[in-house]
This record gives sequence, structure tokens and C-alpha cells, in this order.
Amino acid sequence: MLMTRIIPCLDCRDGRVVKGVRFQGLRDAGDPVNQALRYQAQGADELVLLDVSATRRGHGHQVETVRAVRRELGIALTCGGGVRSADDAAELLEAGADKVGINSAAVRDPELVAGLALRFGQQCVVVAIDAARSGESWLVRVAGGSEATEIDAVGWAAEAERLGAGEILLTSYDRDGTRDGYDLELLRAVSSRVRIPVIASGGADSPEHMAAAVAAGAHAVLAASIFHDGVTTVQAVKRRLGELGLAVRSHPTEAAP
Amino acid sequence: MAERSVAIVHTGAANLASVLAVFSRIGVAARVTSDANDVAESAAVVLPGVGAFGAAAEGLASGGLGEALRDRIGRDEPTLAICLGFQLLAAESAESPGVVGLGVFESAIEPVPAEGLAVPHLGWNRVRAGKGCALLESDAMYFANSFALVQPPPGWASATTVYGERFTAAVERGRVLACQFHPELSGPAGRSLIERWLVAARLEPAAC
Repeated sequence: MLMTRIIPCLDCRDGRVVKGVRFQGLRDAGDPVNQALRYQAQGADELVLLDVSATRRGHGHQVETVRAVRRELGIALTCGGGVRSADDAAELLEAGADKVGINSAAVRDPELVAGLALRFGQQCVVVAIDAARSGESWLVRVAGGSEATEIDAVGWAAEAERLGAGEILLTSYDRDGTRDGYDLELLRAVSSRVRIPVIASGGADSPEHMAAAVAAGAHAVLAASIFHDGVTTVQAVKRRLGELGLAVRSHPTEAAP
Repeated sequence: MAERSVAIVHTGAANLASVLAVFSRIGVAARVTSDANDVAESAAVVLPGVGAFGAAAEGLASGGLGEALRDRIGRDEPTLAICLGFQLLAAESAESPGVVGLGVFESAIEPVPAEGLAVPHLGWNRVRAGKGCALLESDAMYFANSFALVQPPPGWASATTVYGERFTAAVERGRVLACQFHPELSGPAGRSLIERWLVAARLEPAAC
């Protein structure tokens, strides 16, 4: 049976891990390599490393960070943030990413998804969607959440799948960093429209929130704030999810309490 | 010594960083090659691979790489095939009809038999090592596949996993190991498996 993946997310800016609320007010949360290794040791199933630098110069740090993380990381690594072209994706894959996340560039040029899937394989292409609630539906936001669009997020997820995405990283703009729990209605709406796996993101504060996301159709759960701030560990989250009846990978080096 | 290093076959767009990194962590030299003679003569060869069956199979056929791989597998020379590399050992795949694989296994690759479940089959799944496995052990391993070899080929010890239905997670015969999952992304369990294969290949760090 396929296990629910617990995926810590490292948002990086100018080579440092940062975390904000609703994509704003970023504060420093450590060195990316140290953080990545800490989460791996805790039993993380995968890692996501997103570059949120505002400038090209800041993005320059990302490739170095990816290389350094890859040297030590024995689990899957998804990298994204500011990926504008197939060449940007190739650079990240060459540096050590196993999958590439694309967001704004895919919204502007959906064919980029098809091109990446053809060149690197479907399983390499993660389409990241930032979705903000608008009445009864959700609209896509781009440019790190700073720009609203009129694009329906659920429809865009289905289109991304058709174009060749291997996975959807679905972030609730409204819940990001709030610890109010994932937007379960958004998860239900998207996971019932696509067959590819959906990663829930935005709002996690507890294993209970994660279990609710899985019940709503998520195949993996991403969290940043709760792990960065030392509120909990991946190990503790998995232990609780196991008690809640979810299949999770137990960590081989975990000592019995 | 170059001849005592692991040769990683470059099949095109495949991302080799994770595979190179695991050998570096283990402490065994590894290099990338697309030379058929090198593949034929290397002490140990890894056939990795992501992407589509068709393009990769045609890439192997054109440079004589496929023949070199088939021959060394036939001679029980240490060979590790991963994910698409595993599928390339089959005769053909539903992913790319009409394209011929290496034919080490007579059977064909089929879509993952996961009625009503998400595809790709992506993430950690429990692998059960069957009778006669010397390298493979039962543990959770990391998969990323939309296609699969359902029935293990005759003459090979095999491990299986279940996603909807049971399919082949890996096979081994002597010093040849072929995994549908990614050992290089399967944490300590995957690393241990690679180390056991290296020991069988007489390429463990202590011997270098």
C-alpha cells in the first residue's frame, strides 16, 4: 500500500531558509543544507526546496544550494521557484533535483508543461498552483502570490494534468503560514478532478490537519512552519498519523521510546 | 582506478545527479558513460532512467549500448537497472507500442494495474522480497512509475509491491539487480541494497 508522504518544504531566499505568512513577512529559518539533513534524519519522505528570492541574483544561490543538498540527500528532492524555461528546469535537474516545480511560468505558457514532460518525463514535472478562494471557487495567483488572475484553479489543475504534469502541488494562498489547517474544500475539488497525485500545502499545524487533508483526497502533505519552528518533528507527526490509522513510512533509525 | 569504478549509462535526458550522489556517499567511484565498449567491459554498470520508454529504447539501440547491456547481463556481470532502466530490460512496453526493448525479460511492460487510484504510482510502498532473494529485502522503497512489469520473469528471484494489484518491484539473478523503485531515493533501505549489490560486484569501498 502506498504510504502518505510527509514533505517538509524549505522556502529559500538568497541562500537562506525563510518563512512568511500568506507569502509575506519572511523571516530567517536557517541554513538549507542543515535543515534538509535534519528533516531527512527525522524521516521525511521527500523534500521540496522553493526559491522565493525576489531577484535573479538571489536565484543564483539556488543551484549551489541544490548541489549541496543533493550530495547528502538520499530521498527525492523537488525544486522550484522562478523556473521560467526548460533550460531553468534542466539546470536544477542537473544540479540534483529529482523533480521540478513550475508555477507562474506554466500559467503564462501552459505548453511549457508539455515541453518539460516530453524532455524530462512526466514524473519530473510538478505543477505548483497557488489558489485563493473567491466566492464558491478558487482563482490562481502568480508571482509568489502577489498577482491575482481570473484563472479557475480547479480547471487549471485538470489542464496541467492533460498537458503532462506528474503531480500537483496545491497551496492554499489563504491558509499559507496561518496554521489554520489545509483548505479541505480546495483539496476535494482538485483531487476529484485529476488522477495524478495532489500534494496538500498551506495551513498545516497538526497531524490531525494532515489526516483531514488525506481524507479530502491528498496523497502527500507538505508543511513548513510547524517543522521550522520546532513545534513538532516529522517523526512525531508520523507517529500520530500512524495512530490515526494512516499508512506512513516508519523511520528505520527511530529509537523506540 | 577507473576500471574499478561504477559506470553509469547516460541514456539521454535522465537525471543522473541522485545516482552519482549515492555512490559518492557510499565511497565508491562512479562515472557517466555512453560508450558501448565501456559498458561491455566495466566492473559494474548502472542503467538508470527517467522519461519515456520509446526514446530511451531507441537511444540504447542506436549506439550499441543495448547489445552491450544484454550481453553483460547474459554473462552475469554486475549490473543494476533502475526504474525506466528496469523497464527497458523487457521486450516491449505499452508506453511506446512498436518499440523494442532489450528483451532480457520476455514479458511486456503494462500500465500500473491501479484501477481507481492515482497514477503515477508515486511515493513509498512496501516491497516484499520473495523466495531466493539474496540482495533484495522486504522494506519500504520509493517509486515513481506509471507502467509496471506485472508478472516476475521466470528464472529470476523477485520482490513485489501492491498498488491496486500486485506487480514486480524488483528482480535479481546472480549479480544482476533490476528495480522498479529508486534505491538511490529510498533512504537507508535503498542505500543498503546498493551496498549489497556492490559487495556482490566486489566493489565495496573496503576493497577499493
